Amino acid sequence: MPQKRRVVITGIGTTSAVGVGMESLWKALLSGQSGAKLCHTFDMSGFSCPFVAQLAADQLDIKQFVPKSYRKATKVMARDIELAVAAAHEAVNDAGLITKSHEAADGKVSMPATQMGCQIGAGSIAAEENELTVAFASSQTADGEIDLGAWGSSGMQNITPLWMLKYLPNMLASHVSIIHDCQGPSNTITCGEASALLSIGESMRVIGRAAADCCLSGGVESKVNLMGVLRQLYSKRLATASLSDDPSSIIRPFHPSATGGMAGEGGAILVLEELESARARGAKIQVELAGFGASQSFCQDTVGIGAEVDGAGNAQAIETALHEAGVQPADVDAIVPFGCGVPDIDASEAAALRKVFGERVSKIPLITISTATGNCGAGFGGVAASVAVQCLRAQKLPARIQGGKAGESVGGVDGASIGARDAVLNTIVVSTTSLGGQNAAIVLRRIS
Amino acid sequence: MSEPRVVVTGMGWVTSLGHTVDGVWKRLMNSESGMAPITHFKAATFPTSFAAEVKADFDYRTFLNDPKVHATTALNAQFALGAARQAWNQAGFHTHPPKDPRRVGLYLGAGEGVLDFDNYAGALISAWDATTQKVDGVRWAKAALARLEALKEIEQEPNMSLAHLAREFGIRGPASNCLTACAASTQAIGEAFSMIRRGDADIMMSGGTHTMIHPLGVTGFNRLTALSTFKGDPTLASRPFCMSRDGFVMGEGSGMVILEKLEHALARGATPLAEVIGYGSSADAFRITDIQPEGRGAAAAINAALQQAQIDPAAVGPDGRPLIHYISAHGTGTKENDSIETRAVKVVFGERAKHIPMSSIKSMMGHLIAAAGAVEFMTCILAIQHGMLPPTRNHHDPDPALDLDYVPNVARKCAVDTCISNSFGFGGQNDTLVVTRYKNS
Repeated sequence: MPQKRRVVITGIGTTSAVGVGMESLWKALLSGQSGAKLCHTFDMSGFSCPFVAQLAADQLDIKQFVPKSYRKATKVMARDIELAVAAAHEAVNDAGLITKSHEAADGKVSMPATQMGCQIGAGSIAAEENELTVAFASSQTADGEIDLGAWGSSGMQNITPLWMLKYLPNMLASHVSIIHDCQGPSNTITCGEASALLSIGESMRVIGRAAADCCLSGGVESKVNLMGVLRQLYSKRLATASLSDDPSSIIRPFHPSATGGMAGEGGAILVLEELESARARGAKIQVELAGFGASQSFCQDTVGIGAEVDGAGNAQAIETALHEAGVQPADVDAIVPFGCGVPDIDASEAAALRKVFGERVSKIPLITISTATGNCGAGFGGVAASVAVQCLRAQKLPARIQGGKAGESVGGVDGASIGARDAVLNTIVVSTTSLGGQNAAIVLRRIS
Repeated sequence: MSEPRVVVTGMGWVTSLGHTVDGVWKRLMNSESGMAPITHFKAATFPTSFAAEVKADFDYRTFLNDPKVHATTALNAQFALGAARQAWNQAGFHTHPPKDPRRVGLYLGAGEGVLDFDNYAGALISAWDATTQKVDGVRWAKAALARLEALKEIEQEPNMSLAHLAREFGIRGPASNCLTACAASTQAIGEAFSMIRRGDADIMMSGGTHTMIHPLGVTGFNRLTALSTFKGDPTLASRPFCMSRDGFVMGEGSGMVILEKLEHALARGATPLAEVIGYGSSADAFRITDIQPEGRGAAAAINAALQQAQIDPAAVGPDGRPLIHYISAHGTGTKENDSIETRAVKVVFGERAKHIPMSSIKSMMGHLIAAAGAVEFMTCILAIQHGMLPPTRNHHDPDPALDLDYVPNVARKCAVDTCISNSFGFGGQNDTLVVTRYKNS
C-alpha cells in the first residue's frame, strides 16, 4: 500500500478588515485592535448595527496584486474576487512559490501547472448596488417599480455584457487559477461560514489522492454590502448597537452579554503542499494539516438560523478531525472557534467543545478573531486557519478583547479578555459552523 | 487493501420532461423537447423568452414525509427534494433507513436561489439618489425591511438545498455544496465518490439542483450572448453540434443519486444500478470569457477520469469497439463549447473518437446549469440499463467541422457498458465521470 501523502501548509495570505496580509492581521490580533468601523461605502444605520468590519477605502488597490498582463481583468472582479486575488498573492509570496504570476521568472515556476489545484470557498456575491440600480432606474414604472417589459427590451442593455461573470461564485477560483496557472482540480464550495474549512479539507483530499501536489485553498467573501447586512440581520447574526457606541465594543465572543456580530469582508488563501514535494523545492515547512472532519447538524428550524443546542454536529466534525490526526483531546493546545458573538451560536460551540474536551475546556485557550474580522462568511475559516498557522509559527497566542472577566465566558470556555502571550503550541484545532448547519474542523500540528 | 468500489443504488430527477426516472427516459427516447415560452416571469420582451421549465404538475410536497418543515422552501430545494426522494426510495431507505446517519453524507452542486426580483429591484429603485448616482443605504434598509421577507432571503443561500435534504432524510455525515457553474453537479458526484473511496462515508446523496430561469439569470446570459435567441418554435431552438446553433436554452430541475460503498450496498441487499470508476477535475486557467481553444482543460479532465478508471482511450474491446461506448456531452449548443468539446474528445481518443456515440440531452431538456451534470450522469446509467442511447434533437444541419457521431435525432439501440459524462463550467472548471455496468467480480 502506498504511503499516506502528508499535507503541509507552506503559505498563508489573508485579507481582513484590519488590512491585506497576515502581517497587518497579526499585529492587530497581538495588540487587540478591532476591525469594526463605520461603513465607508453605505450608511448602514438603517439596520440594528451601523458598524461593519471593512477594509479602509485605500487599503486594497487590486492592480498591485495582479501581474501587469492581467490588469484589464480587474474590471470584472467583484469585491469578493479582489479580496481573493489579493489573498492568493500574499499566500504565494509567503510560501516562496514561483507561479506564472511572477512574470520576471519567465516561466521558471516551482510547480507544474497540472499539479496545482485550487479550492476556494465563496458566498453568494452581491451585485454592486449602484451599477445595477442605475440600470434598473432606466426601466421603472410611474410608481417606481421595475418595468420588466422595458427591462427586457432595452433596460438590460445598460449593464455591461460581462456583468454576470463578476458575480459567479466560482470566479474567485477562476481568476486565481488563471493568475497562478493552476490547471489541476478546481472547486468552489458554497457552504456559508464552513466553506473555507471544507475547501481546505477538500484540498487535503485532492493532494492525498495524488490529483495535485499543491493547492491554493481557503475562502473569501464580503458581506459588507446592503444585501449582506440585511441577511445577517435576517439570520439573527447582527448585533444591536447605536452610532454612539464604541465600534470596538460590539462583537463580544463568548461574553455573557453579547448581542451578535457584524458583517465583515475578507478571508484567506493558504498554500497546501504534499510534504515531500514541498521539501523537494526547499519550502519552509512548519505546520502540517493533520486532520479534517465535516458533518451536518440537525437544524430544528430546517434552515439553521438557530444553532444546534447541544453542538453535536460541530463536536462530530472536531472528533473526526482529531481521529484522523491521531491526536487525543488532551493534546490540543489551543482552539480557534467561530466565536462570532451571536449568543446561541457561541453557546452551541461551547457545548460542542465541552462534548469533545470535557472539563478541560475551561483551560484550553480559545483564539477569538471575529473582533478583528467580523463575519466574513465563506472567508472566516480561512482566516481562522491562517491565524492558527501563525500562532504555531510564532509560538504566541494573540490577545482576546471583549471577552469579559475570567470565569464568566459562555459555557465555561476560556474566552475572557487577555493580552497576547508566549505559549508552547504544538496542536491547534480550528472549527466553524454555518448557517444551514454544515460543520468543518481541521487539526494543525507544528512540525520541525 | 484496495479502495472500496462505489456503486449507484438510487436515482431521481425533476426536469421539464417530467419527474419520474422512467417517464423522462421514455420522452428522451422519443426525442421530445421540454421547451416552451417562459411562465415564471413576464419574459416576452427579453431577447430570449423561452426555456425548459419544470411543469406545473410538479408539487414537491407530495414527495415529503413532513412538508411543514419545508414550508418556506425555494425552487432549487423543491426540485432537490423531489429528485432525492425518488433516489432514496429506489435505494430502499424509505423502508430500511441507514443505520448510522453520521455515515451518510451529502455533496451537492446546487445553485443560488431565485432573487425576489420585483421587491429587490423596487427597493433599490426607491433608494436611488439620482444626484449622487448612488443608492442611499438608509432608504434602502427601510424599503428592504418592508419588502424583502427574512426566510425568502435566507432560502436563497446556495447551501439551503443541503439543509432541506439533511432535514428530510436525517443526514448527519459530511456535507458540502459546490458551485462551479455548469460543472457543479458532476464535480459533486465526483467528490462524493472520492469520499466513499476514502472511507469518509458509506452512503452519499449527491447531485445538483438549479434554476436560473429568472429575470437576472436570463439577463446575465443574454448579455453574455450565451443563450439561443431563436425566433420560432422553442422546441427547435437548442441545436447542439449544428451549423446554425446559436446558444443554449435554459432548463431547470434536479438530478439526485445515491452513491454507496459496494460492500455496504450488498450487505443490505440493495441492487447496484451501475458502478462509478473514474473522476477527473481540471481548470482551463486560461481566460474568464473563453474556453482554452485546444480543449486543454476538458481533455485533462477526461484523461484524469479515464486514468483513474484504468481505461486506455486508444484501446478497443473484444467487440472491436472503443472501451467507452457512449459520451454524455456537455453539448450546450454554443458555437464555442461544441467545437472545443469535439476537439477535446478527439485529443483524448484520437482515431477512436469517431466510433464513440456522443449526444447532448440539453437539446431536449435544456441546460440545467449546476444540475446539468447530474441528469447527464443519470442518462449514462439509463443507457447502460436499457441498451439505448438518447439522441441529439434538432440535429438537422450538421456543422461540417464537427465530425463525431452525435446520435442525430433518433434514439439508438446500442449495447452500453461504459460511459463518460462531461461538464465544463463558465470560468473554466471541467469535470468528467466514468460509469460502468456493475459486474459482480
